Amino acid sequence: MTQYTTPTLLPATWLVAEREIRMRLRSKAFLVSSGILLLLVLGSIIAMSIFGANQSLPKVAAVGSAISKVEATKAFEVTEAATVEEAEELVRDESVEAAVIPSEGAVGLTVIGLDETPSSVVSLLSAAPQIEILEPSDQNPGIVYLVAIAFGALFLSSALTFGTMIAQSVVEEKQTRIVEILMATVPVKALLAGKIVGNSVLAFGQIILIALAAGIGLLATGQNILLGEVGPSIVWFVVFFAAGFVMLAAMFAAAGALVSRQEDMNTSITPITMLLMVPYFAVIFFYDNPFVLAIMSYVPFSAPIGMPLRVFLGIAEWWEPLLSLVILLATTLAVISLGSRIYENGLLRTGAPVKLKDALKKA
Amino acid sequence: MLELTAVNRSFGERRVLKDVSFSVAGGRMTGFVGGNGAGKTTTMRVILGVLAADSGSITLDGTPLTAQQRTRFGYMPEERGLYPKMKVAEQIVYLGRLHGMSPAQAKGNTESLLARLGLGERMDDTLESLSLGNQQRAQIAAALVHDPEVLVLDEPFSGLDPIAVEVVLNVLKDFAATGAPVIFSSHQLDIVERLCDDLVVIADGEIRAHGSREGVRAAHTSPRFELQLDGDAGWLRSEPGVTVLDFDGGFAVFDVDSESTAQRVLQRAIATAPVLRFSPQVPSLSQIFKEVIQ
Repeated sequence: MTQYTTPTLLPATWLVAEREIRMRLRSKAFLVSSGILLLLVLGSIIAMSIFGANQSLPKVAAVGSAISKVEATKAFEVTEAATVEEAEELVRDESVEAAVIPSEGAVGLTVIGLDETPSSVVSLLSAAPQIEILEPSDQNPGIVYLVAIAFGALFLSSALTFGTMIAQSVVEEKQTRIVEILMATVPVKALLAGKIVGNSVLAFGQIILIALAAGIGLLATGQNILLGEVGPSIVWFVVFFAAGFVMLAAMFAAAGALVSRQEDMNTSITPITMLLMVPYFAVIFFYDNPFVLAIMSYVPFSAPIGMPLRVFLGIAEWWEPLLSLVILLATTLAVISLGSRIYENGLLRTGAPVKLKDALKKA
Repeated sequence: MLELTAVNRSFGERRVLKDVSFSVAGGRMTGFVGGNGAGKTTTMRVILGVLAADSGSITLDGTPLTAQQRTRFGYMPEERGLYPKMKVAEQIVYLGRLHGMSPAQAKGNTESLLARLGLGERMDDTLESLSLGNQQRAQIAAALVHDPEVLVLDEPFSGLDPIAVEVVLNVLKDFAATGAPVIFSSHQLDIVERLCDDLVVIADGEIRAHGSREGVRAAHTSPRFELQLDGDAGWLRSEPGVTVLDFDGGFAVFDVDSESTAQRVLQRAIATAPVLRFSPQVPSLSQIFKEVIQ
């Protein structure tokens, strides 16, 4: 009779990971949702470029001597009108925002609007006082907000999707009881490690794909300057994501091992979902609050969002991401050791959900 | 030979296995019977190392079992477990590879096993698309794919129709014929009675009987006879060494104190009236089982 040598921890882990990946890639739901996510990112980048390009000059109609005065500002697209009536007609059919005609006043111009004061036109024609800003922000706040939301949403959606998949696959193995055969074949550690590795590879691959798409999208739409600004923070995001995801993966696997049925799974993973929501909402509300961001960038659960954002804003010292990464890695190791104990103890318990306290006890 | 010696296991306060000792000989099919909650599944999980024993030892051919050896066991858990959404052959190959087989070896064994189990046509279907009986056959293939040294099957026949039982039985018998110990549990005592060479009876965590099927039967067969006369058999009541259990005109069921008493009764019966029937009553396994677990 042939005897086979059971694979050691690493090959066994890889076999488990490879199955996870294969089954995931076969799932249409997964492929479709990944495609949608990728399209969303590309779409928003293209939308940004269209939005940016559309900032054309306001259109006005001008009459007589007003024409030269308006053209001198170089802030308008001027339509020359022969008479005041003709200019008013252009305003009425909304082919221009306003009409500018010569008049007697101090400025020597009258602005005709349709149903309200065309304030953008007025302010461009007005003499503005000199403006001096003491602490100029080199970033457009709109873009900062977008980047903050992008990091937050990406981390949240990716962690939730893959985290839930890990928990589901643990529960599936418990529910179908194949886990008994698996446990009799390979070390439990290989099972857990394989699940984490397999799903992390997928999550990581997805994030890198999105990061690449974002980079290429920015280049292709000519937003090179923005890429230069966002680039380093995207790299940090990917690095933090990798470590943060492994930590969350271990938590989701442990949560899955506590229950025996898919129906009970949601209750079990809710605390982790909450932990993920907090940094997401925090970054939406406090993206412009450096103090909150500083805290977020060191708390392991929010560091993958907080630190890249601070790097993007240029308010993180060079060593800060490294320190935060060390904290995150240490937490990840602690969570893995705790998670694997819960996982190991939870696997064979069936029926009612296992209490966390019981699962932490030595078997 | 697989041997368990004084194995104990408790869950909290509840002692589930109490000094469980028995052996499973190579090349023989050992039936493991017991009521619900008697400790069958726990015993099997302990053999596989899925659960640890609190005390006691398990040896294979005289040496204590190692984790490495256990991975060469074939196991079919009571609650069936395979991936519902994976293709049948694919997951059996996967399990084979987890046991250290090369992709080619795993594929070859999987295909020949599935063909023998009558699932050759369904290899590329997902497990969930198979009927329960066919899922069961796939489960057997999963336990056998890596040419195990020892086979431990928890309720392998439940849910199978009589033809499927024969198919599975032949595969298992072929396997036992290679000299490997095979232990299977079942609550279908008639099947066990027909299939097993050896028998282990467990009740309330204790081994109540074990040995060869005939041995167990003999040990639990009191010398009981059944007599049918074409006439009155009332004289049996006063026959020395005879205890009458059931009596109805010419029919009687009785215990004897020795084989010679039985012979004497038969001779007297022949002398009295035509004997329609005289036979030892061999209890069925389920009768023995009921008696043993009390």
